[in-house]
Amino acid sequence: MAPKVGLFIPCYIDQLYPQVGIATLKILEHFGCDVEYPETQTCCGQPMANTGCTNEVGPLAKRFLEIFKSYDAVVCPSGSCVSMVKHHYAEYFTDNPEYEALKGKTFEFCEYLTNVLGVKKLAGRFPHKVGLHQSCHGLRELRLASDSEIVGPPFGTAQALLESIDGVEVTTLQRPDECCGFGGTFAVAEEAVSCMMGEDRVHDHEQAGTEVLTALDMSCLMHLSGIIRRQKKPIRVMHISEIFAECL
Amino acid sequence: MPAHPKLAAAFIKDKDRAHWHDQSLWFVRSKRDKAVNQLPEWELLREQASKIKSYVVSHLPDLLEEFEKNAKAKGVHVHWARNATEHNEIVHGILKQHEVTRVVKSKSMLTEECHLNPYLERHGIEIVDTDLGEWIVQLQDKPPSHIVMPAIHIKKEEIGELFHEKLGTEKGATDPQYLTEAARQHLRQKFVGAEAGITGVNFAIAETGGFVVCTNEGNADLGTSLNKLHIACMGIEKLIPRANDLSVFLRLLARSATGQPITTYSSHFHGPAPGAELHIVLLDNGRSEISGSDEFRRSLNCIRCAACMNTCPVYRRSGGYSYNNTVPGPIGSILGPAKDAKEHASLPFACSLCGSCTDVCPVKIDLHHQLLTWRKEIRVRGLLPYSKRLSMKLMSWMMQAPSLYRFAGKCARSIVPHLPRFLLYNRFNAWGKQRELPDFPKQSFREWMKKNHDDK
Ligand code: SF4
Repeated sequence: MAPKVGLFIPCYIDQLYPQVGIATLKILEHFGCDVEYPETQTCCGQPMANTGCTNEVGPLAKRFLEIFKSYDAVVCPSGSCVSMVKHHYAEYFTDNPEYEALKGKTFEFCEYLTNVLGVKKLAGRFPHKVGLHQSCHGLRELRLASDSEIVGPPFGTAQALLESIDGVEVTTLQRPDECCGFGGTFAVAEEAVSCMMGEDRVHDHEQAGTEVLTALDMSCLMHLSGIIRRQKKPIRVMHISEIFAECL
Repeated sequence: MPAHPKLAAAFIKDKDRAHWHDQSLWFVRSKRDKAVNQLPEWELLREQASKIKSYVVSHLPDLLEEFEKNAKAKGVHVHWARNATEHNEIVHGILKQHEVTRVVKSKSMLTEECHLNPYLERHGIEIVDTDLGEWIVQLQDKPPSHIVMPAIHIKKEEIGELFHEKLGTEKGATDPQYLTEAARQHLRQKFVGAEAGITGVNFAIAETGGFVVCTNEGNADLGTSLNKLHIACMGIEKLIPRANDLSVFLRLLARSATGQPITTYSSHFHGPAPGAELHIVLLDNGRSEISGSDEFRRSLNCIRCAACMNTCPVYRRSGGYSYNNTVPGPIGSILGPAKDAKEHASLPFACSLCGSCTDVCPVKIDLHHQLLTWRKEIRVRGLLPYSKRLSMKLMSWMMQAPSLYRFAGKCARSIVPHLPRFLLYNRFNAWGKQRELPDFPKQSFREWMKKNHDDK
């Protein structure tokens, strides 16, 4: 039986980047999932949580559990929102077995492809120099890849999937996993630092020869592409699911 | 004092300097990476250090008594200070008793925390910082901007200018060797003339009553061996249980701080030298209160290596002074609000929550999670600006009502693309100052789903 997947599309992807949701859906269906998009979902509450307004998160966390608890898996094209659900909901659910179960079956998109569906090779051709921006929450909260701070063997689901596509060359950065500076409300509250961080990431990708900039998180890319477009840099920005879907 | 975003923006205005600052610190972070990758047991060491320190913090009273007993048995005078005022009074009292008017001090962030220098100066005592970087900022009458490299924000041209003015070196000199030599000659005089030496403490050993001071310049040794009075000032969290534990911490400290295998000098003090006096001042200043908090206790594990500053993408670009706190960077943004939440309310938000600090920290403090917890605390204490609170309330309310959310999204997507540029990009839109907004699509994902998927 095909796994019944609840598609968790973060609010800003729903409203601003529908093509990312569509690409995610296509790939999951391509690999045989029975995907459903529960209509009543809105936002996981991350913006409020990151501002310290946890009172405002509680009702959203409870809604989220109700909406998604019946699926075999919950899959989301954003490491940051997955990390919110898995790591920052605990205070709203004391000893709740349904939440414990939800934690175990909520996955970031590439993580689900690799670790649950066992996808090792993606079809198609993408003859480009691809720059992979390591979104921090996927990296240091969900541990979807090794980071440059911790001593240990290197690994990474997203990079492996990208490199399995014919023609893809992942570029080598001077700072492999520095934060882009989005950081949610940080992007506005600390505008000067945020933009300088973003600009520095863009420069690093430029010097590395990146043609297509990608990431697990559209939020990082919204920030980076905002800078790329303002400065009219010749770098195309795509969410990783869009690259996969374009290769289908 | 303005909040962090303002001070940070002012620092970044000089883009070249901000880049230079970022790169200088990234260089130190890279050296750290090289050094730690040579030790396959690095993560094990971190784990051990974290456990030892957690043990210390949860057994503080017992270990402090053990330390006091063993130190006294070695002939050390032990003093207890509840806060900065008491600390300064104790130090001044000792100096006064010995009729000391000239003191040299090796680097100690604790005495910065207590503002000891201005206190002693007010009482007619000359106090000279002998760590080169700290002495430079002292000459400028400024505090350190970094806890390991106090003058990291100053360029060599500026040091040349400062030395020319204060020491009479050649105008326009920038050669580090020449400038260091000038500093050396000047400081030599101070070392020789001093009647007492003050040091900080990196590790105090409960089991032996001794302590260790780590420096790269040997200035702690010199400052304490040329005279007969040594006062060591330490925070009560600087304890470790056994001398053996040093083998963990000395390996972690220098590698994390500068990428060196070990600091050039690790000076061990076990009792006073013959004919000399040794005093230790143990300072609380809010530490025992932190040790009672489940959420923030782990911040007392800190060994002040500064790795979290060197790696912090915000610190590197905003400079130490933008934190307006004795200890800047991630750990300072936890310790600052613990002391005065109102004064330092912006610090927990001076963070993109990237988590790099947590992963470099040699004693495994979950820094970015503690910063997030501080944000909550600031909201609970009513220190979050009303506009922020209100917008989050409204957003949560809207997100609980899917139809409202759909409607708001649709409105925005149909209006924004038709707005003239000046309405979108102006001083009210911080996003758009240096960034384009995303293109607002005609259709949301859920609308697309309705049309293309659901009736499949
Ligand atoms: S918090 Fe950790 S990384 Fe930062 S100074 Fe303290 S020990 Fe070093």
